[in-house]
Amino acid sequence: MALEKITQVTGRAVHVPGNDIDTDRITPARYLKVVTFDGLGEALFYDERFNPDGSLKPHPLNDPRFKGASILLVGANFGCGSSREHSPQAIYRAGFRALIGESFAEIFFGNSTALSMPCVTADKAEIEALAAAVEADPEMMVTIDVEALEVYYADQILKVRLPESAQKALVAGRWDPIADLLEAGDLLEQASARLPKAVQR
Amino acid sequence: MGKSLYEKVWETHAIRTLPNGQTQLFIDTHLIHEVTSPQAFGMLRDLGLKVRFPERTFATVDHIVPTHSLQEPFADPQADEMIRQLRKNVQDFGITFFDVSSGLQGIVHVIGPENGITQPGMTIACGDSHTSTHGAFGAIAFGIGTTQVRDVLATQTMAVSKLKVRRINVNGQLRPGVYAKDVILHIIKVLGVNGGIGYAYEYGGEVFDNFSMEERMTVCNMSIEGGARIGYVNPDQTTFDYLKGRPYAPKGAEWDKAVERWKALASDKDATYDDVVNIHAEDIAPTVTWGINPGQGCAITDRIPDPALYPEAERAGLEEALKHMKLNPGQPIKGVKVDVAFLGSCTNGRLSDFREAAKYLKGRKVAPGVRAIAVPGSQPVAKACEEEGIDRIFIEAGFEWRGAGCSMCLAMNPDKLVGDELCASSSNRNFKGRQGSATGRTVLMSPVMVVAAAVTGAVSDAREVFGVGELVGA
Repeated sequence: MALEKITQVTGRAVHVPGNDIDTDRITPARYLKVVTFDGLGEALFYDERFNPDGSLKPHPLNDPRFKGASILLVGANFGCGSSREHSPQAIYRAGFRALIGESFAEIFFGNSTALSMPCVTADKAEIEALAAAVEADPEMMVTIDVEALEVYYADQILKVRLPESAQKALVAGRWDPIADLLEAGDLLEQASARLPKAVQR
Repeated sequence: MGKSLYEKVWETHAIRTLPNGQTQLFIDTHLIHEVTSPQAFGMLRDLGLKVRFPERTFATVDHIVPTHSLQEPFADPQADEMIRQLRKNVQDFGITFFDVSSGLQGIVHVIGPENGITQPGMTIACGDSHTSTHGAFGAIAFGIGTTQVRDVLATQTMAVSKLKVRRINVNGQLRPGVYAKDVILHIIKVLGVNGGIGYAYEYGGEVFDNFSMEERMTVCNMSIEGGARIGYVNPDQTTFDYLKGRPYAPKGAEWDKAVERWKALASDKDATYDDVVNIHAEDIAPTVTWGINPGQGCAITDRIPDPALYPEAERAGLEEALKHMKLNPGQPIKGVKVDVAFLGSCTNGRLSDFREAAKYLKGRKVAPGVRAIAVPGSQPVAKACEEEGIDRIFIEAGFEWRGAGCSMCLAMNPDKLVGDELCASSSNRNFKGRQGSATGRTVLMSPVMVVAAAVTGAVSDAREVFGVGELVGA
C-alpha cells in the first residue's frame, strides 16, 4: 500500500483566530451521528458559521476571499476536547491539507497526521504576521516544506516545528501506520500470550 | 533509580520501534462504542482484515441511546442506524457487546470498571477522550481516534510516542463540601487546559490515598480537559477491594498472583518524574466554571473575571467566554440563574454520585421553572439506585429519572439544551454548543452542587443551601 509522500503543501491560507478551539466547535456532536465520514466537510465549524435559520454568520470560512484555501492558520491548543476523528476529517474534507498553529491538542494532532495532514507549529507573533499577510493578499500562496520545516510566503521564510516521528511518517509516506503495525506478525501473538487479558470467570 | 508505573507498563507493552521512531504498543483491552467505531470497521473491511484478538475488545452503546425509552426503532433514524451497525459489527467480528437488553449496558467508562474489565497495569484504548478514566485503577488508558480504533482492532497495537510524566500531589484534608470534581476542576484551573500536552498525569498524595475508586475515576476522567491524554493513580488496597469478585476480575489463586503483580507495578518510592506539582487540599473550594472551557473556573464564592484587568493577550478569550455565557465582568458566579440541572455522565454518573446528591436532595423540591434530569451511568447503577430508593428521592424532588447513557453531556440523543438555556451540569465539558444548542450554556460542578442549583434555581453554594459539611462524614 504505497502512500503519498507528504514533503510539501502549497496553497492559499485562511486564519481562524482564537485559542482552545475545541472539537465540539470544529464538528458539533450532532454531525457525529453517521457511520461513514462522507460529507463531513459541510459540518466544519457549523455553529460558528451558520445561524440556526441557516443564514451566514461572519466567519473567515464564509468569506469569499478565502474560498478554496487549503492551509488553516490557528491559535493555541487547537482541537482540544474529544478524540473524534470527525474533526480532522471535516477539515480535510473541506479541502484543507495542512494546519499551522501555536499548538495542537495531542489526540487531534495524531488523528490529523494519520490522515496525511501536517500540523506544524510556530510562535504566536509569527502566525499573526502570516495571517496579516494573508489578510492583505488572500491570493498569496503559502508553502509548507515538511522536510525543511520551513514555511514560505511572499518573501518570507518562517521556521516551523513538527515532532520528528510525524515528520518522518509524512515524508516517507508512512503516515497511515497500519502496514508497519501489521509487519509485527507473530510478535502480536507472543505479546497476547504474555500480557493480561480480561476474561469472565 | 526507581520507575513510575507509566514506565513499567510501557516497557512490558512495547513490542518494537517503528520506522518513524514511534513505539508499537500492545493494547490489552479495547473498548468500543457506536460513535467512533463504525468507520473503523469499514476500513477493516476495505482492507480485508479481521479483528486480531476479538476477546480483547468489548462494546457498549452509550452516546446515542435515548434515556427516556429504549423502544426500537429509535425515533432518530440516524441513531437507529448506528445501533444496528454496531450490532452487525460485533456479530461479524465476534466481539462481546453489552447491548441495551443485557442489563449491563452503560457509558463505556462506567461499565469497564464495573465489570472488572479495567485492571491495574493494563494498557487500555477507546475511541473516546475520557478513556483516561480507567487510569484510576493504575491502567494506562488512551483516548484514540477512529484510525487508531482500526489499528487496535487489526493488530491490538498502536503507534505512540512516549509521554513525560507529571506527578500531581494533593496533600492535606479536603474541606467539608469539597469533592473529587472540585479537585480536578481546581487542578485544571491551576495548570491550564493545555498544561498537560505531552504529559501523563500521575495523581497522588493523601487526598488520593483516601479517595474511593469512584472519586479517583472522576479526577482521572477529566485529565484530558487539562490537555493530558493519560491520568492515573497507583493501585493500592482500595483498588484491589473494588475489583475483587467483579465478573472479569481474576479469581482464586490467580487473584492472589494478580494482586502481587499489581503491587509491583505501582510507581517506586524513588521514582523520578519530569515534573512535580504540589497542591494543598485546603486551597480547594467548591469549584464551578464560568466560561467555555473547563479551565475557566472559580471558587463558588468568587467573582467572574473582568477582562479589563487581564493582559491584553488574554482579553479576547475572556470576552468571548463572557459573551457566550451572557455574564458580566466582575459579577459573582453565585446567584446566576439556572434553567436545567443535569446529573450524570462518565465523570459523575456512578452510584456514589447519586447517593451523595440524594442525601441532600431528600425532602426538597426542584425550583419552579428548572428542568432537572438524573441519568445513571449504567443499567447496574440505575438498578442499585432503585434498590436503595434513590430514584424515589429524585422523582419526589421533581427530577426526571432516566435510563443509562451519555445523555445531555454531549446531546447526541434527545436530551439537549434549548436556545440559550443555562445548565448546572455534573459533566466534563462546557464548550460552546456542547449540550446540543449552539447558544446553550454550561456550568460544570459537582453532583451535590448540581442538586443545590436545582432546588434554588441558581448557581449556589451547596454548603449554604444544605449545610453540607455538617453532614459530611455523619
